[in-house]
Amino acid sequence: MRISLTVNGEEHTADDVWPGESLLYVLRERLGLPGSKNACEQGECGSCTVYLDDVLVCACLVAAGQAAGRSVRTVEGLAAKGGLDPVQRTFVAAGAVQCGFCTPGLVVAAHDLLRRTPNPSDAEIREALAGNLCRCTGYETILDAVRAAAAELAR
Amino acid sequence: MSTASQAPAAPVTSTRGGVGESPPRPDGILKVRGEFAYSSDLWADDMLWGTTLRSPHPYARIRRIDVSQALTVAGVYAVLTSDDVPGSPLFGLEHRDQPVLATGVVRYQGEPVAIVAADHPETARRAAHRITVDYEVLEPVTDAEAAVSQPAVAAIHPGGNLVRHVRIRHGEHAEDATAPVVVTGRYEVGMQDQAFLGPESGLAVPAEDGGVRLYVATQWLHVDQRQIAAALDMQPDRVRITLAGVGGAFGAREDLSMQIHACLLALHTGKPVKMVYNREESFFGHVHRHPATLYYEHGAERDGRLVYVRTRIYLDGGAYASTTSAVAGNAATLGVGPYDVPNVSVDCYGAYTNNPPCGAMRGFGAVQACFGYESQMDKLAHALGMDPVELRVRNAVAEGSVMPTGQVVDSAAPVAELLRRVAAKPMPPALPAEGAPDLRELPGGVSNTTHGEGVRRGIGYAVGIKNVCFSEGFDDYSTARVRLEVIAGEPVALVHTAAAEVGQGLVTLLGQIVRSELGVQRVTVAPADTTIGSAGSSSASRQSYMTGGAVRAACEAVRSRVVDQAVARFGGRAGDLSLTGGKVISIGRGVLADLADVLGDEAVEETVE
Repeated sequence: MRISLTVNGEEHTADDVWPGESLLYVLRERLGLPGSKNACEQGECGSCTVYLDDVLVCACLVAAGQAAGRSVRTVEGLAAKGGLDPVQRTFVAAGAVQCGFCTPGLVVAAHDLLRRTPNPSDAEIREALAGNLCRCTGYETILDAVRAAAAELAR
Repeated sequence: MSTASQAPAAPVTSTRGGVGESPPRPDGILKVRGEFAYSSDLWADDMLWGTTLRSPHPYARIRRIDVSQALTVAGVYAVLTSDDVPGSPLFGLEHRDQPVLATGVVRYQGEPVAIVAADHPETARRAAHRITVDYEVLEPVTDAEAAVSQPAVAAIHPGGNLVRHVRIRHGEHAEDATAPVVVTGRYEVGMQDQAFLGPESGLAVPAEDGGVRLYVATQWLHVDQRQIAAALDMQPDRVRITLAGVGGAFGAREDLSMQIHACLLALHTGKPVKMVYNREESFFGHVHRHPATLYYEHGAERDGRLVYVRTRIYLDGGAYASTTSAVAGNAATLGVGPYDVPNVSVDCYGAYTNNPPCGAMRGFGAVQACFGYESQMDKLAHALGMDPVELRVRNAVAEGSVMPTGQVVDSAAPVAELLRRVAAKPMPPALPAEGAPDLRELPGGVSNTTHGEGVRRGIGYAVGIKNVCFSEGFDDYSTARVRLEVIAGEPVALVHTAAAEVGQGLVTLLGQIVRSELGVQRVTVAPADTTIGSAGSSSASRQSYMTGGAVRAACEAVRSRVVDQAVARFGGRAGDLSLTGGKVISIGRGVLADLADVLGDEAVEETVE
């Protein structure tokens, strides 16, 4: 089947999509946007977190057909070309990035949190990121990064 | 910076991001933007997808494999079995005992039996389902202790079920010491998984000379190359491996997973082949932490001083050896922990069973033993009526102590001080006495791990011991190339090694070392590949020392040549010159020249092993 959708503000069309394909597969393998990661492909790890019409979803759990005609925003579209969103900047500065496979999902989830809750408590950060697994950092530097991004946005 | 007023005896270090600082990761910005290319992100024109058919049985004979129905699926390019492996049918890190594709028998559930290449991953999966395998199911061996101690248990490998027995006896009464206070225990450690986030994946591309290029996430490029080349019946230099982005490793990428399979499919079809495991397959696709059964007997004086420790440890290596020999070595040599014990008896057995293969996972045998001996120390403290921290302090090793292997602890070992400092830490704030607990403060947070039922809070202390770098005298080395040249008027250093960056930050550290050693700001870390000599594995906490050391040595060789050039131009003694902040600095005369001027058009390159 043919699917048209908007990704990061650009119209895209994918042909010969098998009905069982996920939005994640279409983004990664058909549209050349591998930033959303394929870590568990079952909605457990949050590495493929994207915005679907402004709502946070695991792209692996969205059938490609469900995204037809809708708007998707991925980690690649978080900042203007060449720039960095404050969340991206603080993740690098705080050492919250190691192997980095969880990073795109965490960055998008943290971005969404700070959009909804500009000055989150630690408990609110932990709750918002509960759906994102990281195996390298132990999460402490990720909490530091989100706190720093919140502070930067408040300035 | 005014060169005239600079104090000659103390040149100002103006190179930022050297050793001792915390510079950002060089790949950090790519990673937060989603632009870093991991092994599962690769793509090539006309690429096929590979998939693996795995055994549903832990132990079975293969009577027949029929691939004819799979080959009829539109979009399928190849279906291969063990008959299609041109070279060695077996591979392995320490023992070559694991089939590339099952040959006549499967020894664990999930063992690869056949591989398929097709134009869509789902087509490949559907074709794999149409392969018919006629199995004669056998009774699996599942108990490691029984596998090596009961003769009635079937041998699942021709040489029997024992991978390795490590025997250590230390002290005059290793086996017959007695003590006034004795505690015994039997402990079990279950299987654990590294669960790195980036699944096993890579892209194999046939090369024009009949060889193959492989872009893959691994921990040790050259050990992969050796095993792949043997299976393909090729000279190792025909198998050119480049490290793709690695989404975590933790030991699970020491062994091969899809490497040989993707190369076989690429060479057979003449097309690039990408393989990506999903999460479920990933658990079948790599080794796990060895489950262990540990028997301990600790004897102590009434004042708490240990008199003896006797232990038997059984490690379940699963169907194939992987690193079981080395894991058994670690569990045995570190088996009594960081304690001074005059009489020690250790027998550690690594076993074959029909359970999933086990190998490297952070801790590598030291962890299983630690659970045993630290449980014993708590039990002993209870039997003695002694504070468990005080008991540990009283027996802690220190510089000069002798390990059960006879190895003398020849450098600082402040175990007792460490324990005292941890014990002196304040307790965490008390939980609110009333009301429903905030889920977000409980273990597992809001992930429905618990809503507070069964949660008790307690404080415990434990201490462990682990080797740094490879164990048991393994001959260890690394290789590094450093090139210093002027690009766009600025001195730039290029570092090339085969060391795998798996998230630990080696790429950051190598840049720091080069900045400190050569005094240049701009350092590029080249992709790791097999065009340079081996760097060894990114495991055992060794790369900072081994590859970091090799890079430092290469920098010293480069610096020596640059300094010689400077001496030839400006005179003076080589020993008085240093490279800092992009300048050549003399102890007596201050800044002699810009490094860029000394280098001119010439690149200075040195490779050190």
